[in-house]
Amino acid sequence: MASIWEWANPRKFMDWTDRALPVIAALAACLFVGGLVWGFFFTPDDYRQGATVKIFYLHVPSAMMAINIWAMMLVASLIWIVRRHHVSALAAKSAAAIGATMTLIALVTGAIWGKPMWGTYWEWDPRLTSFLILFLFYVGYMALWDAIENPDTAADLTSVLCLVGSVFAILSRYAVLFWNQGLHQGASLSMDAEENVADVYWYPALVCIAGFILLFVTLVLLRTRTEIRARRLHALEMRERVAGQ
Amino acid sequence: MIRLFWRDITLAFRSGGGFGLGLGFFLILVTLVPFGVGPDSARLETIAPGILWVGALLACLLSLDRLFALDFEDGSLDLLATAPIPLEGVVAIKALAHWITTGLPLVIAAPALGFLLHLDGAAYRWLVVTLLIGTPALSFIGAFGAALTVGLKRGGLLMSLLVLPLYIPTLIFGAEVVRRGAEGFLVGTPLAMQAGITAGAVALLPFAAAAALRVALR
Repeated sequence: MASIWEWANPRKFMDWTDRALPVIAALAACLFVGGLVWGFFFTPDDYRQGATVKIFYLHVPSAMMAINIWAMMLVASLIWIVRRHHVSALAAKSAAAIGATMTLIALVTGAIWGKPMWGTYWEWDPRLTSFLILFLFYVGYMALWDAIENPDTAADLTSVLCLVGSVFAILSRYAVLFWNQGLHQGASLSMDAEENVADVYWYPALVCIAGFILLFVTLVLLRTRTEIRARRLHALEMRERVAGQ
Repeated sequence: MIRLFWRDITLAFRSGGGFGLGLGFFLILVTLVPFGVGPDSARLETIAPGILWVGALLACLLSLDRLFALDFEDGSLDLLATAPIPLEGVVAIKALAHWITTGLPLVIAAPALGFLLHLDGAAYRWLVVTLLIGTPALSFIGAFGAALTVGLKRGGLLMSLLVLPLYIPTLIFGAEVVRRGAEGFLVGTPLAMQAGITAGAVALLPFAAAAALRVALR
């Protein structure tokens, strides 16, 4: 019986992603487009918020992904620290840019939504502020990757940053809650039916969330494959240079 | 370890800049703020806690890249890494020395500068207390940031970017205590949170920083 780690062996990883990627990508596209079309055109306008409520289908999934991608990077960083598995480090590196983009989407759609609802694009509200901080963490993480030439050193240092950053991200989350009670509503997708959104909005939102998750999986696999190829190319170039001398 | 401590402190005093830099920056900031926001004493009074805390934070940030960079360049960091004391201890001592040379002067100077900003009478006590509790956290978090970027050319800006989000909880609780103190509310919870952050940072971050330094020295 092969261990689970073999799936992450670079060669095997390239093999199975080569076969699985078209399927996952197609599924992601279906769910993503399906969820958004369903949400935008086939749900009624909200009686108070009107058509603006529909930005919800972009805002909520991207905000969820922004947090979960950091959690995935944390797991990947831990795997790198413990097992020194190169694909894991590269996956964390690939995920960072996607996470930063998701955070940005959540912030921008939130601003666009906030203007008609709260009368302001930006408010120093706990949720908004903690997303801004999260965005800073992503930017710092990517900048540290880019600043270091040796890939192993970069992976080591960014993993340590990811670990410490996670602790401080949680701290900041509670600190800003303490600092300002804001405008943002509570969780709209909790298990508690009382504060949940109505079913008409809930089902397309679920499809959108699934679409975003698969979109992330597609992108992270694609980017990791690119990173592995770039690494191989680099190795080939070095070999040629050595042979040419 | 004690000798390392004194060495860092005397270096900071004698090399010029290191010691006075943070204090000078703090003074400049506090002098400039009334020119920026206007001399209205009621307005200055409301923003004074925040300005003083932000000023302390930036002053601390300013001197951080000297923490390991100089020792890294002249090779003494390699010697310290091979010395019989653990690298975690070296980091802790250096962060402590950094606090004594930049954090502590700020704590001492803060009441005088608070006076310039019309800080409310009841808030002085809390300003000194929070700075005393909070600035060690700034030094230790900064030591971690400095350790991450030590081997890099032009690491200063990157370090500021990395350290900035880590500083936010300390800043929030620090300024919150002073603001509440000025208005006469209870300050126990934010003060305890800030003390908790400092205790956690002092206890754990030397390990993270030492791990980063080992990678940089490899």
